[in-house]
Amino acid sequence: MTPSPMVAELSIAVVNILLVIGALLGLFSLMTWVERRTLAFMQYRLGPNRVGPMGILQPVADGIKLFFKEEVMPAAADKWAFLAAPVVAVSTALLTTAVIPYGPPFSLPGWALLPEWLRGRSVQIQIADIQVGLLWIFAITALGVYGVVLAGWAANSKYSLLGGLRSSAQMFSYELALTLSWIGLIMAAGSFRINDIVAHQAGWFWHWNAFAQLPAFLVYSLAATAEVARIPFDLPEGESELVAGFHTEYSSMRFALIQMAEYINMITVSVLAANLFLGGWHPGVPGVPETLRGFPLGFVWWGLKVGFVLFVFIWLRGTLPRFRYDQLMHFGWKVLIPVAAVWVMVFAAWTALRGV
Amino acid sequence: MDAILFYAFAAIAVLAAVVVIAQRNPIYSAFALVVTLCSLAVIFGLLGSPFIAALQVIVYAGAIMVLFLFVLMLLNVRREEEHPEARGGRTLAGIGLALVTLLVLQAGSVLVRSERSPSLEFDASTTRMAEVLFSPHFLYAFEATSILILAALVGAVVLAKKEL
Repeated sequence: MTPSPMVAELSIAVVNILLVIGALLGLFSLMTWVERRTLAFMQYRLGPNRVGPMGILQPVADGIKLFFKEEVMPAAADKWAFLAAPVVAVSTALLTTAVIPYGPPFSLPGWALLPEWLRGRSVQIQIADIQVGLLWIFAITALGVYGVVLAGWAANSKYSLLGGLRSSAQMFSYELALTLSWIGLIMAAGSFRINDIVAHQAGWFWHWNAFAQLPAFLVYSLAATAEVARIPFDLPEGESELVAGFHTEYSSMRFALIQMAEYINMITVSVLAANLFLGGWHPGVPGVPETLRGFPLGFVWWGLKVGFVLFVFIWLRGTLPRFRYDQLMHFGWKVLIPVAAVWVMVFAAWTALRGV
Repeated sequence: MDAILFYAFAAIAVLAAVVVIAQRNPIYSAFALVVTLCSLAVIFGLLGSPFIAALQVIVYAGAIMVLFLFVLMLLNVRREEEHPEARGGRTLAGIGLALVTLLVLQAGSVLVRSERSPSLEFDASTTRMAEVLFSPHFLYAFEATSILILAALVGAVVLAKKEL
């Protein structure tokens, strides 16, 4: 029985949603462990190595611990806003991931297990392949600030409020540089669709935007690090000054939700870096036969790139000290944004002169 | 499917807009306004212009409302107090509101009943825009909107200036 096109599309979308969200949640808990272990090795410690082989079940133990902790709400807190903030943070973090392609499009195998209409159908792990993909990401990232603002304000505590103000100021300062760094890519590919931008980077690896648009890539790397508030830009939770910034008053599962939003944002910017700048699932050498670009191996190239970017985030955390807040703001407004803007103009002029 | 989504988000937009004015806590009002703007963006998307939808969220919900919230949080605005001396004006305001609501409802019913205007080819020239806006189909809604905006302007001036 062949279902109507709408039902077919819907069921594929539902499977995609479950797959993406499941993978993200799995990767989030795995990342907390990977990060702690890697940091520990960088600092000549052991890190969590007791629960399960090499400590890999540590996230499960942490989850159980957080479940059983008491949920504390400050007496002076604004109840509804306090409850809503982690929800806003997680839902905006998850919404951003909807337009990102995860790996190349591939044909489903002809297994008898699958219903007939699915066999050999070309699919891609991407929830919504919309025309304005990058604009969607700008828009939802802009909404992501609200989770932080709300969390900081609702707790009615000085540390939270200062942390919330700092985070939101930092997030939308660096959002500008982040957005500007993408404009060159949009001009080069002539499309907001992330799939088109990936397709534009096929061939030799110097076609990758990381090399073809090096200034934009540098701006993106720095702005993305600041956008997800990782060291050296983790001023929002500078623990020596602000205890834990905007989530000081959160405990138990709500704390876990905020952590989850932060890690998912980090995974999102890593996947975006791989897709937009590091050639996505293209191996970087032309003339590779289709079998080596498509189903299994395309995912390998792509996964290696994403993994590398995630590792760099941890590496940075193990290496660099924190910026001072005024340095952070100066760097964002006086260095990153001008560099990004000049690059946009240079690239636009070059594109115009080349007559494309 | 589109119709269900449209009505759902239209209802959310209207409800959130009511919360914006009914709520005494300014922060809640600001967030309700964000919800209204986002559901309007969804409606733009349903009308087949995802670009406008994205811009609506980026510019209004993202940039402008964050600035509003920043000011609210920095000034630490508390719950708005009730002004007992403002009671006298309420009957008058109620009559005004009833009249405006009638006007808007009438405009809506005209829009629903009148013939749909011929296909709107995209043509941004002023003459073409004027022809469409002042055609029988849109005229009433257009004029009703201008009266609403005028009322909002007057209201803003009255609220901002304590004594005229």
